[in-house]
Amino acid sequence: MKFLKFLLIGVFFGIVLVKSEAVSWYRIYEMFRFQSFHMYGIIGTAIASGILFLQLSKKGIIKNINGSKIHVPKKEDGLVRYIIGGIIFGLGWALVGVCPGPMYILLGTGVWSMVIVIVAAIFGTFIYGLLKNKLPH
Amino acid sequence: MQQTLGMNYILNPWPWYISGPLIALVMALLLYFGKTFGMSSNLRTMCTIAGAGKFVDFFNFRWKDQIWNLTVVFGAIIGGYIAVNFLSNDIGTDLNPTTIVELQNMGFYSPGETLVPNEIFDLDVLASPKTLIILVIGGLLVGFGTRYASGCTSGHAITGLSSFQKPSLIAVIGFFIGGLIMANFILPLIF
Repeated sequence: MKFLKFLLIGVFFGIVLVKSEAVSWYRIYEMFRFQSFHMYGIIGTAIASGILFLQLSKKGIIKNINGSKIHVPKKEDGLVRYIIGGIIFGLGWALVGVCPGPMYILLGTGVWSMVIVIVAAIFGTFIYGLLKNKLPH
Repeated sequence: MQQTLGMNYILNPWPWYISGPLIALVMALLLYFGKTFGMSSNLRTMCTIAGAGKFVDFFNFRWKDQIWNLTVVFGAIIGGYIAVNFLSNDIGTDLNPTTIVELQNMGFYSPGETLVPNEIFDLDVLASPKTLIILVIGGLLVGFGTRYASGCTSGHAITGLSSFQKPSLIAVIGFFIGGLIMANFILPLIF
């Protein structure tokens, strides 16, 4: 039962990403060709709403379920890993049109070949784990 | 009549100014419950479940602490099913006419009529090595890149930028450099 809320959040997330067309391969292509405002509008308003939420939490107006301060983990400092890792992900994002959320959501919409993308992505993560100590971070 | 109109707001694609705040709500709900919004972490968890910890130390962690996140994934699959089967009509994606012509010239038959191009994702074309290679390479890049960059669109672009984190800004700039190179220079070579 304690996982029910996460299941429902996931269902909501899946519905929103389909209805917003953020899972559309075409929308991602259009975004990277600067031919539509749609995706920029989604990402922009998501960040703006996120900033509002986190500022309200910072001022203590919104608290978490335990009544304590909402905590956002800090990412480690670094440059190479973020820029190079980011570029590699970006190449894949524009090729298959999915990031690690939409790949599952599209599976739910009936795009069965997404299984191949998911398995390959799991394997890609494994390769990173293998090479982690040899890569610049 | 009014009811029909109200229903159309749900069945038609949702505008960006509704969708963006709703995505932020997902992040807010997860933070409220003491978790974080990060979808790519699940790929690492799946490696661990598959036994990758035996080979690489990076995958030695208590994956049971991540069951909540796998539950979000499971919910997202259900959400995708519900959205296309019960909350959608036949209206396709309202793409820029320039985009449509451009993609048609590249050999995409019906841009925007489905969520993903049949030319890449239809099961029939899996018999073609080219399509299979695209799906595999795309997946590898996404899985490798997100872990190297320590996050994806949810963790960096939404959560990281909302909390003004410099590493996330660098990562998102990287996402765009990669995406721009693929869409503008590599895709035209492939198609």
